[in-house]
Order: sequence, then structure tokens, then C-alpha cells
Amino acid sequence: MSIGISIDHIGAATGGDRGGPAQPLLTVNRLVKHFDLKKSFIETLIGGGKVVRAVDGVDFRIMKGETLGVVGESGCGKSTTARLLMHLIAPSAGEIVFDGETVGSPALPLREYRRQVQMVFQDSYSSLNPRLTIQDSIAFGPQVHGVPKIESISRARDLLARVGLEPRRFAGRYPHELSGGQRQRVNIARALASKPRLVILDEAVSALDKSVEAQVLNLLMDLKDEFGLTYLFISHDLHVVRYISDRVMVMYLGKVAETGPAEAVFEQPLHPYTRALLSSMPSMDPDHRTEEAALVGDPPNPIDPPPGCRFHTRCPQAEAICARTVPSLEATDGRETACLIHEPGSGHSRADAVIYAA
Amino acid sequence: MNTNVSLTLPAPTAKVEAIERSPGFWSGVIAKLMRDPVALGACAVLFALILIAVFAHQLVPSDPYQTSMIKRLKPIGFDGFPLGTDELGRDMLSRLMLGTRLSLFMGITPVLIAFVIGSGIGILAGYAGGLINTLIMRTIDILYAFPSVLLAIALSGALGAGIGNALLSLTIVFIPQIARVAESVTTQVRGRDYVEAARASGARPFTIVRVHVLGNVLGPIFVFATSLIAVSMILASGLSFLGLGVRPPEPEWGLMLNTLRTAIYTQPWVAALPGVMIFITSISFNLLSDSLRSAMDVKS
Repeated sequence: MSIGISIDHIGAATGGDRGGPAQPLLTVNRLVKHFDLKKSFIETLIGGGKVVRAVDGVDFRIMKGETLGVVGESGCGKSTTARLLMHLIAPSAGEIVFDGETVGSPALPLREYRRQVQMVFQDSYSSLNPRLTIQDSIAFGPQVHGVPKIESISRARDLLARVGLEPRRFAGRYPHELSGGQRQRVNIARALASKPRLVILDEAVSALDKSVEAQVLNLLMDLKDEFGLTYLFISHDLHVVRYISDRVMVMYLGKVAETGPAEAVFEQPLHPYTRALLSSMPSMDPDHRTEEAALVGDPPNPIDPPPGCRFHTRCPQAEAICARTVPSLEATDGRETACLIHEPGSGHSRADAVIYAA
Repeated sequence: MNTNVSLTLPAPTAKVEAIERSPGFWSGVIAKLMRDPVALGACAVLFALILIAVFAHQLVPSDPYQTSMIKRLKPIGFDGFPLGTDELGRDMLSRLMLGTRLSLFMGITPVLIAFVIGSGIGILAGYAGGLINTLIMRTIDILYAFPSVLLAIALSGALGAGIGNALLSLTIVFIPQIARVAESVTTQVRGRDYVEAARASGARPFTIVRVHVLGNVLGPIFVFATSLIAVSMILASGLSFLGLGVRPPEPEWGLMLNTLRTAIYTQPWVAALPGVMIFITSISFNLLSDSLRSAMDVKS
């Protein structure tokens, strides 16, 4: 029995496309997450105290069937964004709209949303329960949503076969008996078991060695076509993101710096931060060796982010105006960038004479 | 809806074919214990003690309650009394054997009850986190602030002498200790990605605790609890020694130690025998709990 048939039984009444292909699968509006720092007694009394601005007003959309790659330095809020999207942590502010319905509204309760959105974690070992067999781990999600046990087990085995692990050999094993690549395949199977529409891959291949990483990436691309999935692919590896993504979102210090089609962003980065980030990519061709200095130093502290544009402290093109004005995410030709240079009339000396191929 | 659908399906589609099964976690633990000579030794000693406790009345060489004014405080190896006699001329070997019953009972029962209650409290506090955790754990800390010996004596003293009250006070002493361990282990497990993944799948907290938390926390809590059995035995002996636990003429090692203390200058070896039994039993439990701890380490 094919997986498609077995899954259709429960997918008939729930899930499914609502808004048509033009409607984004996921729209995120002004998403904010501030973590409280440990407060002193007096701060608790008078209120206030400092917060870590991990995610500070993020807007983006994920279209149906696309792969959105998210890149940025460590600490820029990539993983926090993923956990916010999964509702593993509650956002401080902002709204997540899934296929036209606000998450948590009566039309789309959290429990139903969670079936349609699944996540693959970075650490393949700690993301599998060491006391459960592989098939029990995979079958858990569907069982939570009311699939009978025997059916969920047979679906788990179908999925194991689909991710390249022979069910007869692997279904009854425990996680510590598998290699890292095999465990990550199990994690992918588990994410797919409840038939999600959106899969969030948080550094899902980063811990694998290069040959296994390539296999898993290709598997992910095959599964995407086969099940009609949409991916949010978070990684610090720019090569991998370029390979797998349709569109790319660059984050810096809790904000979106730039979004756009992957090839356009990688060929002609608009935001100075994107340029700096891309210049840190090692090139295979000695003639294309970048002479431009890569980013120096660490990103500023998200507890006290710099005023104005957050990147101005490290930006080679920063001017006085950048420390005062917060750039907004401006849309041009299907791309968006938050830089005063690309904001006509912003007061930046290069703003009017903007050349996209800069 | 799902039941309807599965009813209309041809029945054998969901047939579960045979697969290779890895040995489960507990059979792996037992296999490792079987290769550990220390664990085997401790198990053998404890098994022997349990056999003696169960068949004490059949096994005793002479009547443990039979007193004799003439044969008081005879040394080890005295004719007819292989381990000598106590201050009332009763056979030490028989009394030690019968004493195994109450001593083991007083050692294991409070820990068992406290294991169930303490794990429940600790897992609840650990999984709930936040305010509930603070409320539960600070309450537990109040009990924890008293030294356990003092708390046991105070509770037993307040409740009155007797086996039931001694058991109750020992249980109350162990609940905070087990709850603390349970809370810290649960807090650790709660942060693991597989619990996050289960939450992300939309499972209810009770289901997550049952499927993903219990199996991973009960092992470490159990190891800690087995190490408490020795403590419980010693505390129970202490309570009996003070006259708060078992009452004479019932034989119990702590109580025997108490009544024989006056003979420490005349028959020191006989007077030390109940202490030796407490020592052997408690060290067996401790060694077994140590072996269990290393056997449950999955990665080794």
C-alpha cells in the first residue's frame, strides 16, 4: 500500500489547501520575542529590567511549495523564530497566519496547526526518545491525532522505507543503535508522519558529515515533491542554503536584513550585511577569491542593540544617518531589503544613486 | 471519523509483519548486571536474606522467644547456640533470622511508598515548571531543612511508638528527598528535543509525561531510591533503638542492638552481631544501586 493512500484516509477532513496557490502558506507579522533577563529584587518591584531582543519585529511570508532558506550569524534569532513558529515558546507580540487563518483563532486551533507544521531538530540524538523504538517514535504523532495504533505503526514503516531505512531491520531498533545520518532520516520520517504541510528544518543537516548531508538534502528535495511540502530551512551553511532554497531570508540581530529569490540574493546582494556574509563563503575558484574583508568582530549584544540600523556598527557604508533612522523593509522587484541605501530620500548619501549591482 | 474509516478498510492492509526487534532497555540492564560480579554478589546476599525472612519460622534452629536465666549472654559457639545468647538467654541466631523480617520490611516499605508519592510530586513539579514548581519545591524544602534522623525521631515521637507510626514517619522523611531527585531529573528531560517534538506534535501534557518522560526519569529515581533502603533500615533500627519503632519481644536488629548495648563489655562480639547484619544488608543494597546506576547508562 502506498503512503499516499494510507495518509489520505485521515487527511480528507482536516488540513488541505484553503486559500489557493497565490495565498502564502505562512505569513508572519511583526513577530517579537523578548526574553527577560534575571531581574534584581528592586527591578521586580518597580518593573522594567532588561530583555534580550532575540526576535524583534520580524515579517516574512512563505509561499506554498517553496523552500525558504534562513541564514545569519549565530545569535541572530533563526532558531528562536523556528521555535516561535512551532509555538514551543509564546511570542511576546506579533501574529502568525497559516493559509489565511490566524494561528490560535477558533478557525485554526493550536492543536490542528501543530499537525500541519512539523519540525526537524539539529541534534538527531536528543530529538529521539531513547526508550522508544524507532517505529514507536514515528507513530507517536499520528496516534496523538487519533490514528489507530496498528495503522500508525504501518504508516511509520512505510515512511521508514521511504526515507531509505528498511523497516524490517530498523523499525524495532532503538536510537542509540543508529548512526547520525540514519537518526536524522528517522527524525524526518517522524516529522512527515502526521502529514504536515510545512516542515521547519532547524539546522537539520548541519551536524551530519558532508557525504551524508548531501544524501539527506536530496532526500528532503524528493520528499518535498512527493508530498507537496513547504520547507523553512534554517542553516548557517550558505552553500547548502543556496542549493536547496527557492528564496532566502537573511537575518541580523533579531531583524530581517534582506529577502529575495535565492539566486538573486546570492548573485547580487542588496544589503551590506548580506554582502559581508556572502564574502565569507569560501570560493572553489582561486580567481574569484574575495579580497573584501569579511565581517570583523562579534555581533552587538541583543540586550542593548545599537539604535537606528542594527548593522551600522559594522557596516562599511554606514553614515551618521544610519545610527538615527531605523530602515524599513522596502520591496523592490520581488526582493526586500532593510537598508537606508535602498530607501529613496532616506538621507543616506548613496540613497538616490542606488545601483543594484553595487 | 477515524473509526469509521478504518472499519471500511479491508482488514489486512494494516497487518504488522515480523520485524527484527532489538532487546529492550530493561533486558539490556539485566544482561549488564549479570556480567557484574559485585551486583551478582549483592543480589545473592539479598536473595538469601529474603529467603530467610520468608521462611524464618521454618528455618530457625530453636525458639527465638525462649528465655533462660541460666544461659544468659553466652559467647559465640556456646553449646547449642552457634551465635551465643542475648541478655535474656534467647538464641541469637534464631532472633537474627527472625529479625530479618521486620528489618527488611522497615527498610523497604517506607522507601517504596515514598518512591511512588515522591516521584509523582517531583515529576509534576518538574514538568509543570514555573509557579507550580516553586510552590511545590519550596514546600518540600521546608521538610528537607530538618536532618532526616531528627525529623524521623520527631515525627515518631509525636505520633507515638509502634511499627505503623515508624513506617509513616520514615515515609515522610523520604518523600522530599525522592521528590527533589525526581524534580531535577524531570526538569532535565523536559528540555530535551524529543519532549519538544512531542509538544510540537500537539500531544497533551499527560500523554507526553506518560510516553516520553516516565520511561526516562523512573530509572534514575529508582536508583536513588534503592540507595535509600539502607538509610531506611538504619533509621528504622535507630527508632527501635530509642523505643519508638518495634516493641519487644519482637526481634528487630535495631532493637536487639539497643537491648544488648549493656553487654558490650561482657560479650562484645555477640552484642555487635545485629550491627553486622545491618551493615551487610545496607552495603548490599548500596552496591546493587551503584551497579544498577552504571548498568542503566545507555551509552556505555
